[in-house]
Amino acid sequence: MPEPFDPRYDMTEAIAPAGGRGGGGGGGGGVGGGPMDLPASGPQPLKGGPRRGPWRLALPWRGEPGRRSGGPAAPTGRGLWTDAWHDLRRNPVFVASALIIVFLVLIAIWPQLIASGNPYHGDLARAQDGPAPGHPFGYDLQGRDVYTRTVYGARASITVGICATLGAALLGSVLGGLAGYFGGWWDTLLSRIADVFFGIPILLGGLVFLSVVTSGSVWPVVGFIVLLGWPQISRIARGSVVTVKEHDYVQAARVLGASSGRTLLRHIAPNAVAPVIVVATIALGTYISLEATLSFLGVGLKPPTVSWGIDISSAATQIRNAPHMLLWPAGALSITVLAFIMLGDAVRDALDPKLR
Amino acid sequence: MAARLLDVRDLRVEFRTRDGIAEAVGGVSYAVDAGRTLAVLGESGSGKSVTAQAVMGILDSPPGRVTGGQVLFRGRDLLTMGAEERRRIRGAALAMIFQDALSALNPVLPVGAQLAEMYEVHRGMSRRDARRRAVELMDRVRIPAAGQRAGDYPHQFSGGMRQRIMIAMAMALEPDLIIADEPTTALDVTVQAQVMELLAELRREYAMGLVLITHDLGVVADVADTIAVMYAGRIVETAPVRDLYRRPAHPYTRGLLDSVPRVDDRGERLYAIKGAPPSPLALPSGCPFHPRCPRAQEVCRVERPPLYEVTADAGADGRTSACHFWKEELHA
Amino acid sequence: MPELMPEPMPEHMPEHMPEPDEPVLEVRDLAKLYPLTQGVVFKRRIGAVRAVDTVSFALRRGETLGIVGESGCGKSTVAKLLVSLERPTAGTIHYRGEDITRLSGRALRAVRRNIQMVFQDPYTSLNPRMTVGDIIGEPFEIHPEAAPKGNRRRAVRDLLDVVGLNPEHINRYPHQFSGGQRQRIGIARGLALRPEIIVADEPVSALDVSVQAQVVNLMETLQDEFDLSYVFIAHDLSVVRHISDRVAVMYLGRFAETGTGREIYDHPTHPYTQALLSAVPDPDPEPRARPTRILLTGDVPSPANPPSGCRFRTRCWKAQERCATEVPVLAVPTGLAGPAAHASACHFAEERAEVRA
Repeated sequence: MPEPFDPRYDMTEAIAPAGGRGGGGGGGGGVGGGPMDLPASGPQPLKGGPRRGPWRLALPWRGEPGRRSGGPAAPTGRGLWTDAWHDLRRNPVFVASALIIVFLVLIAIWPQLIASGNPYHGDLARAQDGPAPGHPFGYDLQGRDVYTRTVYGARASITVGICATLGAALLGSVLGGLAGYFGGWWDTLLSRIADVFFGIPILLGGLVFLSVVTSGSVWPVVGFIVLLGWPQISRIARGSVVTVKEHDYVQAARVLGASSGRTLLRHIAPNAVAPVIVVATIALGTYISLEATLSFLGVGLKPPTVSWGIDISSAATQIRNAPHMLLWPAGALSITVLAFIMLGDAVRDALDPKLR
Repeated sequence: MAARLLDVRDLRVEFRTRDGIAEAVGGVSYAVDAGRTLAVLGESGSGKSVTAQAVMGILDSPPGRVTGGQVLFRGRDLLTMGAEERRRIRGAALAMIFQDALSALNPVLPVGAQLAEMYEVHRGMSRRDARRRAVELMDRVRIPAAGQRAGDYPHQFSGGMRQRIMIAMAMALEPDLIIADEPTTALDVTVQAQVMELLAELRREYAMGLVLITHDLGVVADVADTIAVMYAGRIVETAPVRDLYRRPAHPYTRGLLDSVPRVDDRGERLYAIKGAPPSPLALPSGCPFHPRCPRAQEVCRVERPPLYEVTADAGADGRTSACHFWKEELHA
Repeated sequence: MPELMPEPMPEHMPEHMPEPDEPVLEVRDLAKLYPLTQGVVFKRRIGAVRAVDTVSFALRRGETLGIVGESGCGKSTVAKLLVSLERPTAGTIHYRGEDITRLSGRALRAVRRNIQMVFQDPYTSLNPRMTVGDIIGEPFEIHPEAAPKGNRRRAVRDLLDVVGLNPEHINRYPHQFSGGQRQRIGIARGLALRPEIIVADEPVSALDVSVQAQVVNLMETLQDEFDLSYVFIAHDLSVVRHISDRVAVMYLGRFAETGTGREIYDHPTHPYTQALLSAVPDPDPEPRARPTRILLTGDVPSPANPPSGCRFRTRCWKAQERCATEVPVLAVPTGLAGPAAHASACHFAEERAEVRA
């Protein structure tokens, strides 16, 4: 990995405070493991202490003697997160997708903000009618306001997406991280289990699982997605931990006598988490579309829950005489999924400059 | 005087970074003739590799950009000629050897095929002839059992053997000039000696020019004719190798020489140049070395020293030093 | 005035204080094999890499033992064994009369306080997410008895001062420092617990020439200051000679030759040492009294399948029948006198005919 250019390099960095240091350091104090006080005079000021800060360019100079490449989370310019944020703020893709997502989350929490109607209230007389004043998106089969339903539908999608991602990321990174750190039979076992889950066809699995576990809430859907989603995260987390584990600072902690827990939490986790975040962000978008697919097939969310998938499903049969019924929820779904995937892409670019 | 083989004049390279423009190479001039070895000596970030990349036309740009100067190859400026023409010269007359042979070779092709490809593409040889030549070449760089090993992949060779294959690749089209960027840095001492010996021998045999880029004073001493010492993107001293080691004319050169422990003496304390090299984003005023220089005076802070012609009593000609006090340094 | 450890640590007092000349560390017949396995679920052992094979040495107080060798010779594995990052397959490491290879848990942690390590790469040996203060202070968190809570910050500042860094930079992150400064931070971390022994694995080989000298000098100053014993591992023969009192030359997992700097560098008797020394590029173009270069042929054999008898015989110009059948022991060869009489694992050990001026 190329050396980053350190911009905050401080030209005024001083050597060890000069002057004021008393006479010669004299011999070392009694070492030998006993009371170990430095001689009161302290060490001599060291000659030739480094004066200048670091500077290296993020360029492929090949003349770096014996430099080993860092892992995915090798130190970059000003720290990974600061750097990433610096990049992201200037990335129009990120700004656009983040704005869309903030908006979606807001209306998922407070749909009343922009929709005053009742998503359940139907006026059969107006079934399948096109746009009308106050009802810009028209009416659905039951004469319900498509606009209101589209707005309220965000809640199901966002809830499922966020909860499933959190669940899968948590489960996957804990299992994968432990497998990567401890290795051995646990690692082997986990990898095989993950393979089994990878092998399950999503739709078939969904049809079976969700027709057995049924309830009116979003939780069976969330549970199913977590079940299918964690292996992907655990693989990433495992690989990332295996790489970071080899770094000298982890070895250094072991030499100091640090416990496994301390090593994992202080040294490995903070340096291994970036790829997990990237994958999880991208997965969030696909989980939302998976929810919609399952709901479309009738096994995901069920009426009376308001969901884009359900609305798309009921609109699909009417595509000829009332295309607006399909257009709006489908459009909302596409924009949402796209926003999350774009966000994930932008985050990946910012966190992993190698992929650029 | 006939045109020199490679004549780099006042080359300047900038890098655009998030925090401003970094002057990685700030007016570098050096030249090498056929059959001679020029060593470019510098620490990491001194601009020695960037200069070479600019000469070869393989500078990553953006962010890098050549902002001035000339790269005259047999009297013709590579920087101003068309891309097609330049590529032709680069393929046939210029070659480069990198530090990391493993990443410079294609991992999914047997090395024999990679060598043969050079002949097929550039010389239009038949596959059979090309393959025969490839084996000859491997034999020439002393790879044991070259005939059998031609079918092996790069990862199946040891570091030293891979570097030999890199050298074979560079030699394949019998170029006029080879630029070797830290060719032995990744190798062990005993293997390093073998590879340097091979390079020197091939240079003599084919009367090529060799630009050897390195940070290792020892490697340079053994093979170079002339040395150019770089610091902070500039050349601070050029001299024939003996003169430079015996009587450096720049405090940085002297500092480098003094800070290296010798294998044949155990000194009490090493001389250490204080501080660390400056950032190319914020080069010190005047002489870029002045904050670390034991000889620095007020004039060094204010005025950037030009490359002075060093005229020593020993009649060493073509010596230069970018130090206001080169005379004092020379006679120190 | 900086005071590194403000509090005495009576509970840490060893039962047994060595005499000045008694070794602090004694290594006997150390060996490390890494099994080579095949298969994913059911692992089958198909052989072993003999990374370190019957290595013995003693380290005295305040002494520096240099271990030189080329890549893959096992010198880094020795470092890992010494600091208990790896467990040896055979052999013992006695620290103050106690075999530390069998320790675990609390007892191992107690020993770790006294044997610390400095790593090669200053870019990967510091956690990029921690401030310098946290990095150097971590030893105190792991060994709370080493410094009382209230004094830790001060102890860290003092350590920064001791290694020649500005104590005001305690809140900076590693990437804000240059390579040489980072290596100083790594050294400060190693010093924090006031160890007796520091194992330094290629501590200067990733640094620029002009910075190398600073770090070497710092290590020498600290050695005097804190009465440290060093095991200094490097591939650079010149640096090793400069800093070491005694030197061991390692080849394919074994010591080929051991002795004082003068014995090894001026009077080598093992062919490998002779070849190694002759290959060192001399930063002086003057062809004065240096031995003619011995160009070794071929590469180092794989440690998974080392040659029988003498490990070096496949590349040795002196090799005979006997070298293939009989492992040469590391001992002072008979018939040699003066500085040439030092331990050398060669059946035909002798100085080279050419005499150095």
